[in-house]
Amino acid sequence: MDVIIESLPQYWDGFLRTLFLAVVSGIIALVFGTLLAAARVSPIAALRGFSMAYVEVVRNTPLTIAFFFAAVVLPRLGVTFEQFEIAAIIALSAYTAAFIAEAVRSGVNSVPVGQAEAARSIGMKFGQVLSLIILPQALRTVIPPLINILIALVKNSSVAGAFYVLELFGYGKQLANDHGDAVMWVLVGVAFFYLLITVPLGYLANVVERKVAIAR
Amino acid sequence: MTTQVPGDALVSLNAVNKHYGQLHVLKDINLNVRKGEVVVVIGPSGSGKSTLCRAINRLETIDDGVIKIDGKELPAEGKELAKLRADVGMVFQSFNLFAHKTILENVTLGPIKVKGVSKAEADKDAMALLERVGVGHQAPKLPAQLSGGQQQRVAIARALAMKPKVMLFDEPTSALDPEMINEVLDVMIQLAKEGMTMIVVTHEMGFARKAADRVVFMADGQIVEDATPEEFFTNPKSDRAKDFLSKLLTH
Repeated sequence: MDVIIESLPQYWDGFLRTLFLAVVSGIIALVFGTLLAAARVSPIAALRGFSMAYVEVVRNTPLTIAFFFAAVVLPRLGVTFEQFEIAAIIALSAYTAAFIAEAVRSGVNSVPVGQAEAARSIGMKFGQVLSLIILPQALRTVIPPLINILIALVKNSSVAGAFYVLELFGYGKQLANDHGDAVMWVLVGVAFFYLLITVPLGYLANVVERKVAIAR
Repeated sequence: MTTQVPGDALVSLNAVNKHYGQLHVLKDINLNVRKGEVVVVIGPSGSGKSTLCRAINRLETIDDGVIKIDGKELPAEGKELAKLRADVGMVFQSFNLFAHKTILENVTLGPIKVKGVSKAEADKDAMALLERVGVGHQAPKLPAQLSGGQQQRVAIARALAMKPKVMLFDEPTSALDPEMINEVLDVMIQLAKEGMTMIVVTHEMGFARKAADRVVFMADGQIVEDATPEEFFTNPKSDRAKDFLSKLLTH
């Protein structure tokens, strides 16, 4: 128990870094994932193909591979970073975007086709139909699965700890090494700080879902 | 009536064909609609009348033939098609109001986003249109809070806000409770009186008698008769039309 109190500064530092990784990657993944979903329903075959291939490959390979790509392969290709955090953000956003894309696509499919037909019949172009009519309705229906994906993202960010990023899990490893006699309490502390992010996210989902629900 | 000059036509369909797989839904359709004319399309379900209506603003593609609006052939997908659709108002059986937008926004969205009208001007025009169709006081509500008849009148206002050259109605009263049908038909009759060019797919024979300049009777993907309402209802020429009308009138 004491080890948690003693190590609060490290925990706090790790907590903030985890939060930072999750928020930045979450925002990038939401934007990129929505674009992927838009590409998936676009009239341009090449965009549809790219989106489908991307989602299939990324969704069906382990996150660790995405991290290896970002942290090891990208630097060899000439893309170098000052900090491993950047690599972690790239890996997390690229990976999470694939899941976001699938969720948003299911939302797009849930919007009645008549909505798009009505929008087209008043002269809207494809981009307008999508951004003004379809996506605003689609996103509202997929808030619960989106929050699930974001919760997974928070937990997935722990993989960064294995790639020299001192976030919650990275500190956890360090603390466990330093306090070999209190490993259990160290991990309880780590778990507590993850819960501090993920539990409110779940509540947020409920609140937002109720607020933006649309009656048909 | 068959003597009209094609150049005179606001909407013209020439030798239009469409298949759904094996099913030949539109068979060699020729139809000209002049400016200010109200054409009612009737026929048994599955006769292709809705497909015909939707083909006119290319919500349905056609296999061959030519469709022209105001002398211009319907473009393929893209900007040009969007531009042309802005001139063709469409009212759907299931209203299709934008569920996440207020009644006022439903009407102003097209003018603002498609035509670049200022919000203030679009709001003013939209309110006038909503008053005209009798739902002005509902402007801040969401579509789901309105009755079907009110929603359909908003849908008509939404289409009118684009100042279309022609209005297409695809069974506008078929999804409505009986007591709400008249409030929608009244708006449509008013519109017809004001000289709007209209193509109306409907089962409302009363509307056809009252407001139509011509009745087009379709069966099995073909235009079987094209006559004035008077002619069509009192003296149908084809057996198919006689059979259709006899079924309507016995109930």
